[in-house]
Amino acid sequence: MGTPNISSHPPLLTRLRRHLAQWGTHPDGRKHPAAGTTVTPVPLPPQLRLPLSQHIGAPARPVVQAGDRVLRGQLLAEAQGNISAPIHAPTSGLITGIGEVPIPHPSGLGAPAILLEPDGLDEGVSLTETDPFSLTPAEIARRVAAAGVVGMGGATFPAAVKLSLGRNNPIPTLILNGGECEPYLSCDDRLMQERPGEVVDGALIIARAVGARQILIGVESNKPEAIAALRETARVHPEIRVEAVPSRYPMGSEKQLIAWLTGREVPSEGRSADVGVVVQNVGTAAAIHRAIRFGEPLTRRIVTVAGGAIRTPRNLEVRIGTPVSALIEFCGGFTQPPARLVMGGPMMGLAIHSTDIPVIKGSGGLLALTAAETAQSDAEAACIRCGSCVNACPIGLLPLEMAARIRAGDLAASADIGLKDCIACGTCSFVCPSRIPLVQYFNHAKGELASRERNRMKQAAIRELVEARSARMEREAREKAEAAARRKAERERAKAEAAARAQEEHTA
Amino acid sequence: MSTVFASPHAHGARPVGQVMLLVMLALLPATLNGFWRFGWPAILLWITTLLSCLLAEALCRRLAGQPVRSALADGSAALTGWLLAMSLPPWAPWWIGAVGGAFAIIVCKHAFGGLGQNLFNPAMAARVMLLISFPVEMTRWIAPRPLGSDGAPGFASALDITFGAGVPDGLSSASVLDHIKIEAARGVDIAQSLGDSFEPVMASLGDRAGSLGETGALLLAAGGIFLIARRVIGARIPLAFLLGVAVPAACANLLAPQAYLPPMAHLLTGGVMLGAFFIATDYVTSPSTPLGQWIFGAGCGLLTWIIRTWGAYPEGIAFAILLMNAATPLIDHYTRPRIFGRRRDGRSLAPQER
Amino acid sequence: MLNAIFSLSALGVLFGLILGLAARRFRVDSNGIEAELLDMLPGTNCGQCGYPGCAGAATALANGEAPATCCPPGGKPLAEALAARLGLSLDGAALTESVPMIASVREEICIGCTKCFKACPTDAVIGSVKQIHSVIREACTGCAKCEHICPTGAIEIEPVPVTLQTWVWPRPAVSPPLATQATPVNA
Repeated sequence: MGTPNISSHPPLLTRLRRHLAQWGTHPDGRKHPAAGTTVTPVPLPPQLRLPLSQHIGAPARPVVQAGDRVLRGQLLAEAQGNISAPIHAPTSGLITGIGEVPIPHPSGLGAPAILLEPDGLDEGVSLTETDPFSLTPAEIARRVAAAGVVGMGGATFPAAVKLSLGRNNPIPTLILNGGECEPYLSCDDRLMQERPGEVVDGALIIARAVGARQILIGVESNKPEAIAALRETARVHPEIRVEAVPSRYPMGSEKQLIAWLTGREVPSEGRSADVGVVVQNVGTAAAIHRAIRFGEPLTRRIVTVAGGAIRTPRNLEVRIGTPVSALIEFCGGFTQPPARLVMGGPMMGLAIHSTDIPVIKGSGGLLALTAAETAQSDAEAACIRCGSCVNACPIGLLPLEMAARIRAGDLAASADIGLKDCIACGTCSFVCPSRIPLVQYFNHAKGELASRERNRMKQAAIRELVEARSARMEREAREKAEAAARRKAERERAKAEAAARAQEEHTA
Repeated sequence: MSTVFASPHAHGARPVGQVMLLVMLALLPATLNGFWRFGWPAILLWITTLLSCLLAEALCRRLAGQPVRSALADGSAALTGWLLAMSLPPWAPWWIGAVGGAFAIIVCKHAFGGLGQNLFNPAMAARVMLLISFPVEMTRWIAPRPLGSDGAPGFASALDITFGAGVPDGLSSASVLDHIKIEAARGVDIAQSLGDSFEPVMASLGDRAGSLGETGALLLAAGGIFLIARRVIGARIPLAFLLGVAVPAACANLLAPQAYLPPMAHLLTGGVMLGAFFIATDYVTSPSTPLGQWIFGAGCGLLTWIIRTWGAYPEGIAFAILLMNAATPLIDHYTRPRIFGRRRDGRSLAPQER
Repeated sequence: MLNAIFSLSALGVLFGLILGLAARRFRVDSNGIEAELLDMLPGTNCGQCGYPGCAGAATALANGEAPATCCPPGGKPLAEALAARLGLSLDGAALTESVPMIASVREEICIGCTKCFKACPTDAVIGSVKQIHSVIREACTGCAKCEHICPTGAIEIEPVPVTLQTWVWPRPAVSPPLATQATPVNA
């Protein structure tokens, strides 16, 4: 299977295919003024909170304890299992404990985290510089795993697992995702503008690890400076092509980007490797560059702080574990109490209720939205079956049908028409004139179905326990009865013998 | 723990009320043209129908214990009344409009469960009920008597026409389709009967007998194109509807011009423009899948042509739309789009298949 | 007119007869349904339904004597599944939003009498004579047999705590609260 033939003048069929794919929506970008600001580091807060689970997979296991003094870049928690990632200290300081802290999660529940009190010295472990092209692909993957790099676009999938995919069969195409289709967010935009070298170098390293011969960097057309900067830097590498993709939400969704750039559809029960593609976020590529070239583990990231209720929206370089309150303070605080505080973008982000929540590896944005921006003043109305959601869905589902079935309580019926393929991008809810919270219906249904499945498995296991217990009771009862019968037979025999002996003596 | 707020935390759609307002805006030119052509009685009938719909809506919401104001504010009842009024004979008595409006809202909308739950288009169902129950009043067409011209009734006579004694004898006139059907039954060649009653340009601007919505076909088409441009309705259903009427008409006319009307005549007479752009495109009663919308529109158009050509009624739009409404759930079920990453039958794509 | 009345009535009677005969001739044998229902029930024979064990409940359901909501440990999903299988309608009011319950031992009160350990139908209680007992959560169905039998009242039945892994998005309320009602930030 060859590499896709993508040129700047795509063939007619490709143009037609792209034109006919009318999914998605065009929300107001609202990238400025944050997109025009240079990335600025945030001063260290009084306490850093590092949740043990900042990634998909098993939580990391702490290797330090309260009272330990650590240096920047030192390992604090090691990965557990294949799908996991380690955690490193973002700065030097004292470990004050491992406790439960509020984390970015819709339930509002807390999770265990390592608490680190910076000492202000910011001393780091010594790092070694390496030439990535002297390393084998397997070694690159190992070092990326050891550096704790996860998907920085928000998915937080451990990057090393993707890098290992090319071990048996090389994956011909690497796509870097510079889409950043969510409104307000510009962290990837600024990264591509200010540090294109890191992104390009990271791309080359990843390509070496997976065996890719072609690298495509997809950037939305609303970021012309980023496209120019990347093109300029990648000019000496003919295998890299920077493609402008339309500014449409959710163009940054991995499957949608692959389909646009290569024309291939990732199978719904497969992965992107099945169509010969591996995708990484541009931020992840930059992190891989730092991890391999300089041995620097993942301890900081760029975060966009924006929204109508923030005094000075800007892009910040933040140490992982910094509480959100420090970011807000650095940006001048609130101009008014926000109607919603969102971690991430407005389409898929998480509404948080406390400013003590820390920035984690996947946090790309913090938005303080006013009531006008959220447009939440309208209550949910009846579905008028306008079909806007059907036109908007990038996966080709029927959100109105699925929601109607969920509302009626028939979750299995909603799964029949494709609930499991929903990527929860939020486009359908965004375009709904009746303001129906469609994504919440789908998330609820997915969770409820998973919960029932767990219950079903539990019931099956319990049934086995009950049967085993009944069998055991029967066996015990049987053994008791046998033993009793044996003893009775013994007694009878003893009695008969005694009687026979008495008889003998009598006759003798 | 405070409430969980689900994403997305922003919205980009225009609210339902605005959608209805845009549709009413698109209807305005043709309606005003109709008012001018048919005078005060038409205005009075339109007002009566709308009021009846609004009152029925308020009554039903009150009975259901739900807020009344939001229901009236979203404009759906008013729009139903407006479309119903556009399809009635302009000088019909007031109770036609009142009964039709109340039936449309109470039986065709709220008895099914309210906004978004009805299976049949309320305006068309009400029109058909009126047509079957009161055939005389529903087929009494009037030749246009523009406001201010001789022969146009003044306000007082209009009150009498709408609320009192009704249309004076001798004033009724046949609509184009009526005339053609009658003549065809008598064996007169279509071209001849068409020629002396139908003049395309004038007809498309409303200078002949018909309902408020029949006359002014071009104005309705303009309104429809405005709605498509503003993305209130899609282009699939109107296009399919018009093609569904025009293509069979063209084929038949080619084969036997003396017995079958040419496509242009079909498109500009009767309620085709109103039906294609405003009635068949009703969100609730039309399919939501892309292919389904093509099928629905084409089916409406084809059925309209069939009923007009071979059915007993001169105008077939209302029946055609109701029949296709009944088929909409079936169409929706069988025209589900292909899910990304899956084959049409629902199974996952194999690696590197597409 | 009499003709019309007579002929339509005759047709009605004829079609009614045909339907009745067909209902008898094509009746679906419902003997197999008991085994299927038994399979759906938890199988712990806890007796909370009031019937003799799960088999008794299955028989009652098949005969239409028991409502679909008869099994508390099965909760709402089981009630819905039973209703769907039997074609019953669910009384929405009878279905409280039941949270799964689980037993837990208050260790300071437990005297180690082993009565609960012997009573548990799923062997979810571990312990031995004069040792403090404990409940294995994954095996406990909340049937409450241990609670009834415990002489010191050391066992409590409480809702299963929600964890990050088991939390589920709630269903949207019909009209969600306005954003201004909840001030989200304790800044």
